[in-house]
Amino acid sequence: MSLAIDLRRLRFRYGGGPWVLDIPELTLERGTRAFLFGPSGSGKTTLLGVLAGVLEAEEGEVRVLGEDLASLSGAQRDAFRAEHIGYVFQMFNLIPYLSVLDNIALPARMNAERRARLDGTGVRETATQLADHLQIGDLLKKPVTELSVGQQQRVAACRALIGSPELIVADEPTSSLDFDRREAFLELLFQECERAGATLVFVSHDRTLEGMFSRTISLPDVNKAVL
Amino acid sequence: MLIFDLALKSLRNRAFSTSLTVGSIALSVALLMGVENVRVGMRESFSNTISQTDLIVGTKGGTIQLLLYSVFGMGAPTENVSWEAYREWADHPAVEWTIPYGLGDSHRGFRVIGTNEDFYRHYRYRGGQQIALAEGRANEGLFDVTLGADVAAELNYALGDEIAVTHGLGEVGFINHDHMPFTVTGVLAKTFTPVDRAIYVTLEGMEAIHWEDGAPPASDDEHDHEAEAQAAPSDDGHAHEDEAEAAHDDDHAHDDEAEAAHDEDGHDHDDDGDAHADEAEAAPADDGHAHDDEAEAQAAPADDGHVHAEDISIEDVEVTQVTSFFVGTTNRRDVLQLQREINDFEDEPMMAVIPGVALNEMWQGLAYAETGLRLVAIFVVLVGLLGMLVSLYTSLNERRREMAILRAVGAGPNRIITLLVLESLCLASAGALAGLTLVYALLAVAQPLVEAQAGLFIPIRPPGSVELLFLGAVVLAGFLMGFVPALKAYRTALHDGLAVRV
Ligand SMILES: Nc1ncnc2c1ncn2[C@@H]1O[C@H](COP(=O)(O)OP(=O)(O)OP(=O)(O)O)[C@@H](O)[C@H]1O
Ligand SMILES: [Mg+2]
Repeated sequence: MSLAIDLRRLRFRYGGGPWVLDIPELTLERGTRAFLFGPSGSGKTTLLGVLAGVLEAEEGEVRVLGEDLASLSGAQRDAFRAEHIGYVFQMFNLIPYLSVLDNIALPARMNAERRARLDGTGVRETATQLADHLQIGDLLKKPVTELSVGQQQRVAACRALIGSPELIVADEPTSSLDFDRREAFLELLFQECERAGATLVFVSHDRTLEGMFSRTISLPDVNKAVL
Repeated sequence: MLIFDLALKSLRNRAFSTSLTVGSIALSVALLMGVENVRVGMRESFSNTISQTDLIVGTKGGTIQLLLYSVFGMGAPTENVSWEAYREWADHPAVEWTIPYGLGDSHRGFRVIGTNEDFYRHYRYRGGQQIALAEGRANEGLFDVTLGADVAAELNYALGDEIAVTHGLGEVGFINHDHMPFTVTGVLAKTFTPVDRAIYVTLEGMEAIHWEDGAPPASDDEHDHEAEAQAAPSDDGHAHEDEAEAAHDDDHAHDDEAEAAHDEDGHDHDDDGDAHADEAEAAPADDGHAHDDEAEAQAAPADDGHVHAEDISIEDVEVTQVTSFFVGTTNRRDVLQLQREINDFEDEPMMAVIPGVALNEMWQGLAYAETGLRLVAIFVVLVGLLGMLVSLYTSLNERRREMAILRAVGAGPNRIITLLVLESLCLASAGALAGLTLVYALLAVAQPLVEAQAGLFIPIRPPGSVELLFLGAVVLAGFLMGFVPALKAYRTALHDGLAVRV
């Protein structure tokens, strides 16, 4: 039960196309900060989709936080994702018509469990705290369209972290940041993950960041579908 | 509540396309409501034209024709009903009251209707309202006229004005009876019915208009001629021409009288000496000319040698016929029996119709136009809603990112669908509301214009059940149409996974 991720004989493909993922085994301890890398098109984003329960594996077993995703219905998977997983996209993370605060608060408003895990603190307060930690506390009222890319990524991180999900999935969130900012962003992300006791799966091409993580996964090594 | 909030914010974010969509729905809804209001207004003013009358009686012919000429002032019958026959039915024990009408003449395009005080006493419209006078008094004398409200307004006539009546219908009658001026004694209050567009004279006055030779056929020695003239008095030009020729001969006989009459005329006018002093002075001068050119004047039979208003009194005139009459029964249960009796009347070909039945029959005939109008309006609404569907659908592509984010933060298919359906529901409801507001604003502005231009009074009333049904249908259609982009969005979101290509 201490495994955050437990994949067995996973096979996935889009429609009737070629296999994109063919992973005999991949496990991840809870609390791990994992660095996932691989060349473009190797299936990193696809794997995250499977882990988040957005994409459904055609074969094999996918256990996330002890839950067998294949046994869940679509609606249950949606609820599971909302409750347990924080997701950060590579770019364009935010809903353009919501303010910074509303973007951060969205998962907590969407899901009662995440709200319950705020420990009595209000959604706004928690969002404000998180924003302060990631040094965007002064931007809360701003429309998200007026933020720099780095600021947007931090807002997205706050949103992924709110309500302490057990699994944070970040898909190349730093690719548009310069090196110094990348490190600063990661430091903040790690702090918050630690505070929440969350497992982090972090995708990047950038091997220079590898040293900051407790575990490195090379997707081409585990994924047999990649030629 | 969260999703509703999201939907509103998302719509506001796309304010321009949102307002375009709402505007187009509002316009089409306003059109639909407008058509419905005009339709109801037409129908109401149509069936409000006459009320509490149990039967309309005229000569045998088409039901709708009888309704048209006796109630709506359109067309004319070929035959009249004799005074004797009219009296016979008026005195029938089942009959409480009657209103006799003599039709067939006009004044500058407005109908001249001969009737008597029963009209003022018994005529009812719009749920029992009675004819009222706006000014002056009801016509009593032989050459008194009372004007409908529109007639007075459009022709700019005031009390005391003299008007000439044309025999026959239409802008230009067959013979212009300039010699028999009628005097305006009263103007009726507005009714929003064809009454507003008619001119009322006494039955006797009507009869007088019909003297083709301009002379009262009262004197005993001319009795033969009288009979002839009265046999077909409401006839058209054919008969008139013959009679007019006969009248020429008579003109000579009347010359003396006529001259005398002119003299008197002049005096009378002088004596009147009130507001009409100017006219009065002009009038004798004209007459003077006519006298000088006596010989020429005889070529034009209408000009001279006629009898003037002052020469005859109402008692001298015998009413010989009516065109139609309205009947009110003492007991409503007798209506059908009475109708049957009148229809079976052997002395003359007569026909009685029940106004409600005839109105309905006529309205059925107009139902095609009504349905057509409504269909067009409904299609316009459909086009408006389709426009909404198109704009929602095309915006989906730009919103794929948004959908992916929403799914990533845990919005399930239900929430995505709810969001988009709510958006289209909001658009349709806002459109319906705006359309409703627009139509009432337009009605408020257009009501007096339509009334002035088309004589159609469109009542401003709260939306009726049909309108509410339409509004409900628009909102429901918006709701249902929302599912098209919603399902599409959900499928796209699933297919896109979490890696949305921009
Ligand atoms: N929605 C989709 N439909 C069909 N094929 C897809 C879809 N998304 C990805 N693929 C294919 O799956 C493979 C893996 O794509 P994926 O996005 O997971 O790669 P990635 O490792 O994230 O690449 P990158 O580093 O460029 O983001 C690619 O060959 C891609 O063409
Ligand atoms: Mg990717």
